[in-house]
Amino acid sequence: MLLSIKNLHASINGKEILKGITLDVNQGEVHAIMGPNGTGKSTLASVIAGREVFDVTAGEVIYKGKNLLKLAVEERAREGIFLGFQYPVEIPGVSITNFMRTAVNEIRKYKGLDPLGGGAFLKLMEEKKKLVELTSNLANRSVNEGFSGGEKKKNEIFQMAMLEPTLAILDETDSGLDIDALRVVANGVNKLRTKDNAFMVITHYQRLLDYIVPDFVHVLFEGRIVKSGTKELALELEEKGYDWIRKEQEGKGIAG
Amino acid sequence: MQGQLVIMESDPDNIINEVTQSDYKYGFVTDIETEYAPIGLSEDTVRYISLKKNEPEFMLEYRLKAFRHWLTMKLPEWAHLEIPPIDFRDIYFYAAPKKKKQYESLDQVDPELLATFDKLGISLEEQKKLAGVAVDAVIDSVSVKTTFSETLSKYGIIFCSMSEAIQNHPDLVKQYLGSVVPYTDNYYASLNSAVFSDGSFCYIPKGVRCPVELSTYFRINAANTGQFERTLIVADEGAYVSYMEGCTAPQRDENQLHAAVVEIVAMKDASVKYSTVQNWYPGDKSGKGGIYNFVTKRGICKGSNSKISWTQVETGSAITWKYPSCILLGDNSVGEFYSVAVTNNYQQADTGTKMIHLGKNTKSTIISKGISAGKSNNSYRGLVRISKNASNSRNYSQCDSLLLGSACGAHTWPYIQVENKSSIVEHEATTSKISEDQLFYCQQRGMNAESAIGLIVNGYAKEVLKQLPMEFAVEAQKLLSISLEGSVG
Ligand SMILES: Nc1ncnc2c1ncn2[C@@H]1O[C@H](COP(=O)(O)OP(=O)(O)OP(=O)(O)O)[C@@H](O)[C@H]1O
Ligand SMILES: [Mg+2]
Repeated sequence: MLLSIKNLHASINGKEILKGITLDVNQGEVHAIMGPNGTGKSTLASVIAGREVFDVTAGEVIYKGKNLLKLAVEERAREGIFLGFQYPVEIPGVSITNFMRTAVNEIRKYKGLDPLGGGAFLKLMEEKKKLVELTSNLANRSVNEGFSGGEKKKNEIFQMAMLEPTLAILDETDSGLDIDALRVVANGVNKLRTKDNAFMVITHYQRLLDYIVPDFVHVLFEGRIVKSGTKELALELEEKGYDWIRKEQEGKGIAG
Repeated sequence: MQGQLVIMESDPDNIINEVTQSDYKYGFVTDIETEYAPIGLSEDTVRYISLKKNEPEFMLEYRLKAFRHWLTMKLPEWAHLEIPPIDFRDIYFYAAPKKKKQYESLDQVDPELLATFDKLGISLEEQKKLAGVAVDAVIDSVSVKTTFSETLSKYGIIFCSMSEAIQNHPDLVKQYLGSVVPYTDNYYASLNSAVFSDGSFCYIPKGVRCPVELSTYFRINAANTGQFERTLIVADEGAYVSYMEGCTAPQRDENQLHAAVVEIVAMKDASVKYSTVQNWYPGDKSGKGGIYNFVTKRGICKGSNSKISWTQVETGSAITWKYPSCILLGDNSVGEFYSVAVTNNYQQADTGTKMIHLGKNTKSTIISKGISAGKSNNSYRGLVRISKNASNSRNYSQCDSLLLGSACGAHTWPYIQVENKSSIVEHEATTSKISEDQLFYCQQRGMNAESAIGLIVNGYAKEVLKQLPMEFAVEAQKLLSISLEGSVG
């Protein structure tokens, strides 16, 4: 198993957001995570990536057989965890080329590999840019600075292609994309899918899942995964919304 | 492992503290035989220096006038700095390497010295091959080696030590020395005028575009030696020169005083670009030791359409007090000031510029980026004065401060005086912190906190760094990261 989350509780400033998440992800799988706004999807992604503002109060996360919660943010990244941000930040004055080169070489160093020279690096960039159909001028600009919403998301996919993660968590990468961009992004993901890596795709829209076909769909509701199923569950959610889930939960509450 | 330590800190300030506590990486002492002037300062010291250097009478006169004036002056107190009292009786005012030979080739140069340059990664060996950079290496106070001067002389360019200039070009020295920074200018400039030991002299004749970047590496070497560099650059009509000054110093326990004076004269249609990377020993993590850097740098755009551009990257020194300035006398002349100043631990920097607009249609641009970490203090102090006659003049100033952590300080003191109605002065100032979001983003991509901060800071300073000549820019980028990072083992 690649990732195993058991009874994960996490809070921020004393407020509990994740209230017992349990989820297993195997290599070669795509998991879609859906759920209403503010239920903790991004929080789950952040906690897996190691964001320090969240306190993990209970539970465990095992990744590649290791206690993930003990690793530093950058160590998790170097071990192959990638987070495609819902809101990528701007880093003024730092070109994507420079940014990526620093990242790639630090990861290589961690793996005991020599740094990539300028030529080899640029070649790699060209290759990956083509893969995700990134227009060439974007890579010369400062990281996310002045990028449109869609450009930011494409840039996340490009970075994912560069870093070839083992576990990629894409947090609403489809939001703000036009139809063509959506296809490009989805194609990028599909091209990067192998039997050895896995994806967690957070989305609000079934549409994305037409392109990236998930093995499992989970519904995150008020800090818990309350329903899991196959891709048909996404269609059902699209059709019925979340009300029936809410009712079901309330029913459970009464019953319990 | 470093990374693990970092994650345990939930407070981003702590992460920053950790990575900003690095030791100075260029701390080493070169063991070169040195000859000292008697310790302390008196008229005799001044005479001794002048005599040792076999100077013409006018120089001794100049020095004595400056010295007598200096005696009447008081230590300046207005800068936003805390300066421990300096005992001028306890300073060697002159230290020259004993072997004052002229070298024909590098094999004749003291191997210790060459080793020093090797450690700095700027070996003359390399530099010689690296055509395009002429190095006037100043160790302590006397020029030891000048390269490329033959090539330069083909163009009629004079690039030599100040001592040589005084001997070989006394008329030029007499005409221009003190013409931009008079010996009465300020406490440290007066002191410098009295006791300056050496420095660089550069003259670009009419219509000549200097084909190489002129570069001088300064080093302070002997313990307790006050260093008084004197630099004079004259660009005659239509001339162009790009001049680079860079320095690192060995680690010392005692504070070392450095009070340089740099003067630039740009005649009609001339253009001078002066770039500095300053990396003197800043003191240790607790604030002990370090260089006091009290510099007077000033240029005058004498003729119309002339231009002077200062670019500085200040990472070193315990205390920095420095305001490279432009007097825009000629009509349509242009002054520029691009600065990055980094302070860490207990460093204090008070730096900025003065743009004095006297001619019509004169333009000035000020871009200042202050970066403070640790318990340091970083101040921008700038004066923009547009006189009554400087009609249709313009200034644009942008002063940004970046704070790393919450124990440091950033201060901006812009003084603006506009005496006519047709001129426009714009001033923008921002203060920011490296956001936790930016750090997390970088770390999520596999970078440790140190590289992340290095990257973000370099991005922040980019507008200034891109003004530097290529070979300097690379060095400066490394320096910015080094001065903020902990050494990763
Ligand atoms: N830094 C923070 N400080 C305080 N509350 C926070 C913080 N981050 C998240 N929260 C809260 O945690 C809850 C879950 O937020 P999260 O971003 O995980 O939701 P989400 O499921 O990703 O929602 P969306 O679909 O809108 O992206 C919300 O109530 C949010 O306000
Ligand atoms: Mg979210």
